[in-house]
Amino acid sequence: MPELADIWNVLILRDYNTRLVVICTMLLGCACGLMGGFLLLRKRSLMGDTLSHATLPGVGLSFMLAVALGGDGKSLPILLAGAGITGVIGCAAVLFIREQTRIKDDAAMGIVLSVFFGAGVAILGVIQTMPEGSAAGLESFIYGKTASMVMSDFQILVFITVCVITCSLLLFKEFRLLCFDEHFAAALGWPVKFLDILLLALITAVTVAGLQAVGLILIIAFLITPAAAARFWTNQLDRMLVLSALIGGASGWLGASLSAFIPRVPAGAVIVLVAALFFVVSMLVGTERGVMIRFLRQSQLEKRMGRQHLLRALYEILEGGCVTEELNIRTVPFRQIRGRRTWSDRQLRDYIRRAYNEGLVEAPNKADSILLTETGLVEAKQVTRNHRLWEMYLIEYADVATSRVDRDADMVEHILGDKMVTRLENKLQAYRIAGSLVPQSPHPIHPGD
Amino acid sequence: MEWYSIDTWIVVIAALAAGACALLGNFLVLRKMSMMGDAISHAVLPGLAIAFLVTGARASLSMFIGAAIAGVLTAVFTQWISRFGKVDEGASMGIVFTTLFALGLLLIVPGADHVDLDPSCVLYGAIELTPLDVVWRPTLFGLSIEVPRAALVLAGVTSFNAAFVVAFFKELRISSFDAELATTMGIDSKLMHYLLMTLVAVTTVACFEAVGSIIVIAMLIVPAATAHLLTDRLWLMVVLSVLIAIGSAVLGHLSALIVPAWFGFADTSTSGMMAVMAGLIFLTVMLFAPKYGVLPRLVLKMKAVG
Repeated sequence: MPELADIWNVLILRDYNTRLVVICTMLLGCACGLMGGFLLLRKRSLMGDTLSHATLPGVGLSFMLAVALGGDGKSLPILLAGAGITGVIGCAAVLFIREQTRIKDDAAMGIVLSVFFGAGVAILGVIQTMPEGSAAGLESFIYGKTASMVMSDFQILVFITVCVITCSLLLFKEFRLLCFDEHFAAALGWPVKFLDILLLALITAVTVAGLQAVGLILIIAFLITPAAAARFWTNQLDRMLVLSALIGGASGWLGASLSAFIPRVPAGAVIVLVAALFFVVSMLVGTERGVMIRFLRQSQLEKRMGRQHLLRALYEILEGGCVTEELNIRTVPFRQIRGRRTWSDRQLRDYIRRAYNEGLVEAPNKADSILLTETGLVEAKQVTRNHRLWEMYLIEYADVATSRVDRDADMVEHILGDKMVTRLENKLQAYRIAGSLVPQSPHPIHPGD
Repeated sequence: MEWYSIDTWIVVIAALAAGACALLGNFLVLRKMSMMGDAISHAVLPGLAIAFLVTGARASLSMFIGAAIAGVLTAVFTQWISRFGKVDEGASMGIVFTTLFALGLLLIVPGADHVDLDPSCVLYGAIELTPLDVVWRPTLFGLSIEVPRAALVLAGVTSFNAAFVVAFFKELRISSFDAELATTMGIDSKLMHYLLMTLVAVTTVACFEAVGSIIVIAMLIVPAATAHLLTDRLWLMVVLSVLIAIGSAVLGHLSALIVPAWFGFADTSTSGMMAVMAGLIFLTVMLFAPKYGVLPRLVLKMKAVG
């Protein structure tokens, strides 16, 4: 077992052996997290997958070219350049297929991935038969060698990540519009295609730089997982990108440090798993789109809707048997409420129980009939009034047919709040809706029962 | 170039694998799930590793079952994450397969010392070696034929897939184009989805155990996408995709033998060249397809402009 002090030394980068690896993966995680955010919003998360496979023929060809010209086939800059070139060609091919044919993004990415990778394998197959040198080591170019990074990897990585981060900060506004509404950006006269290619070129740069350092799977994961995890916490692009970069960096830092203590474990795999852990936690407890918060919101909305439906149903039943302005409160049989909507006995009893607990209704002779209280009546009046205002607004301004306006109003009234209702009142001033009066229903009300 | 009976078998096996993949690929392309083959071929690693750790041997049946289960789980997890987390399907696929692959890498560390079991041997099944594993020697018209195991397995997979597509053609068609309509018509589109995914997983595993993952990934997507540019009829698309798949298998092996010779090299990987040939067929069709091709449409546009 490693000592606690050792772990601490690795985590704060004091341990010389692991410092380089940890810093490299951290940087790469930040840069990939940032770029992955853009990819996620463009629904192109698997582009990293395509790209990293598309570099293989470039690696092979540049090796062959260098050997043919009498140079060193395995010189890193040459291999990187070759990888970058076919990577960009692959991206361009995906964009071309998507723009010019009926083939969708996913199939375009798949085609480029498999064909380019196939070409790469074929080229490596040829290289293997060359007398000049074995292809061994070329494959490891795309499968990475995380634990054995050297200073030159570090320099390349730092250079590229700094470039990429600066570029995307400078072009933040442009990339944002590209992600959210590329047609609008085009209509504004922005060079959308150029921006698209630039974004992909930046991603290619990160991918190529990262591939030989940490390998294909980790790059793919870095480009997808942190961004998808960050998306659960916020709806704001700038915050999401920062968070995504942080999650990427943190996964790299924790994963690489952790793998230093487990013998023979590939660091890349540990980092992927740490990132996946971040994702799972975010998916469950994310404060904006996480599973739990959405479930909570959903059930609250359902409760609110049930309560409002119950109150309006009661009000409209009372209204039905009344000619004067003032309503007489009387008991309403359960059966009659039941007929007002498509709700099950259990649901309705549930709503009534909750309204009873809030003091909105009373049940004088238990089970089969209920009575609105004073507070209940005030609330019911308000709910019904809002509903009718929406109906009038929809009929007047949205040309919704009178016969189906009830349903359409029902779809908006529970979600849009009091502020909107005030604006509705102002808009509908001309319709003699004064004070707290409940307007007449624009359509006949189904008597229920 | 010299042609041996081994070459015939390589082409037959490749064509069977390509056909099996292309049949299902049509529905993946239509459902915008083309990358599933790629995802599954990475994600099976933990399945292989667990099967190996449990049985302690590289027995092909248990490894096959483990891989197939991992493949189906990939589809299931992808579906869960994209539905419950409201994550883009591509992204959730990426998360699932990278995570499973990483898990697999960790699992094979203990076993890797003793046995040749590493990611590259999983990802590159060698089609060139399949004809050597002969299991059946029937005699036809006085000729003794040596049938390799892979040919029998893949023939089984291909005919099963063909039977599936024919039997459930209507259900597959409706649920691929309009899942909601399918549901209102009483077709369980979720069941169809998982049936299809199970078949994709089984086919992927069976094929890449025999011929390598590149052929599988390429043949699941490229022939179907090519056929999609040639026709609007689903049955014709299915037939065309299978023909294109077989065509690229044949051309792929031929070019693996011939093309390197032009540059003075011996030969190269058949599976790589098959993907390249499929890509070239796609390129040709993309440019010249009568209705959806790039050039005919360009001509049409120029005419319209006058």
